[in-house]
Amino acid sequence: MTNWGFQIQKDRQIDFDRNDLKVLMEVEKHEPSIKLCISCGTCAATCSAGDFTEYSLRRIILLVRRGEIEGLESEISKCMLCGKCQLACPRGINTRNVILQISKALQKI
Amino acid sequence: MEKIWASQKVRHSSNSIRMSKLVAVIGAGPAGLECASALAKRGIRVKLFDRDDNTGGHLQNWNELFPDRRKSTDVLQLLRTNSDKLIEVKSGTTVKRVEKSNNSFQIHTETNILPNVDAVVIATGFDLFDARRKEEYGYGIYDNVITSADLEKMFSLPGSIRTIDGRVPKRVGFVHCVGSRDEKVGNLHCSKVCCVTAVKQAIEIREQLPDTEAFCFYMDLRMYGRHFEELYKEAQEKWNVNFIRGRLSEAAENQDGSIIVKVEDTLTGRPLKMNVDILVLMSGILPAFYTPDIVSEIPVVFGDDGFLKSTDEHFRANLSGTPGIFYAGTCTGPKSIAETLADARSASLAVANFLDEISN
Repeated sequence: MTNWGFQIQKDRQIDFDRNDLKVLMEVEKHEPSIKLCISCGTCAATCSAGDFTEYSLRRIILLVRRGEIEGLESEISKCMLCGKCQLACPRGINTRNVILQISKALQKI
Repeated sequence: MEKIWASQKVRHSSNSIRMSKLVAVIGAGPAGLECASALAKRGIRVKLFDRDDNTGGHLQNWNELFPDRRKSTDVLQLLRTNSDKLIEVKSGTTVKRVEKSNNSFQIHTETNILPNVDAVVIATGFDLFDARRKEEYGYGIYDNVITSADLEKMFSLPGSIRTIDGRVPKRVGFVHCVGSRDEKVGNLHCSKVCCVTAVKQAIEIREQLPDTEAFCFYMDLRMYGRHFEELYKEAQEKWNVNFIRGRLSEAAENQDGSIIVKVEDTLTGRPLKMNVDILVLMSGILPAFYTPDIVSEIPVVFGDDGFLKSTDEHFRANLSGTPGIFYAGTCTGPKSIAETLADARSASLAVANFLDEISN
């Protein structure tokens, strides 16, 4: 293909009217404590995977809430399910099950 | 036994001295009503002024209070029935200014002058920010953009939460900090009560219209008071209220009258847009516009935020610096109803102490 020296950029905007919230609904059904997340970041701060990669549970939960699920499947596989985040979460979210349920829902959908 | 007799005698004599004293309370909202009734309980005569025909101030326009959802009418009724024969209510009377003459004060109303007032309580409260000043949010331009006060009126009329063309809204958005924390409109202060009010109102939307989604657009959620954080948690857990951290840059109208909001979702770091059917602007609390006129002839100090400045915010919160002039309620800054009532009772104590001092 001819290289014209420019390309079309993907829109960065989150279009909340078009995004698909199926994954969120599925997770909420099986692990309702996801609703309690206040995006404080304690989970990501304590996360061992986060020390070496860009992995952040705070960000993953947020993207699920916004319906921005592209690329999440490989992202969530970085979790080693150690459960430190669950010990640290101030809202008592069952974070390990949230991760498992997100993973399951992503495979299902 | 003798001691008890003596103390009763003292109280009796101090009561009769107080009986001869007259206090003017300007503003018959929650602060003015509570302060007047506390003064009357101590045997002090009160004239209670309000420009409105009815007492109660802004509370008259509110349906339910945060965080316990108590009916405003319940609180209002208690405040009104607390009145005493020592209180003379002068509603429908606009106070123009207070003047000092020798050792007393004069209250100048539109039609009269009330002389020989021993102490004055400023309980002039607040005015709501005029949301039209945030033109980019479209209040007064787009029909489906309303304020928190408008929505509260709808709550008191069941079945009235509808778009302008009568449809049940599918989505309702709440914009926090409208007229607060905003240099562009000249208000740097936080109005304090709007965050929890938005959470309360979002819950009420979900209760009354279970198929309607609710979204709160916030900069920070300031759940400062007892039970507030729990209400926020309930909004998430039980009512599925959505919270998006970001301040709206603008709202625009679609052809069908719905509203497009643009915001940065600051937690993902990406711009976000969505449609809502009704957009609710959480109007902030400003110092009442007529307070400066009322105190124009007395040396009082205003803070940079326009609210009256107490001589000491820890120990003399109700004192103005001019002996005999006292503050009660939101004239010294945003307060909840409970805080306003506590402040008003505190002011009554300061007034009673002052009257005792000038009698001795």
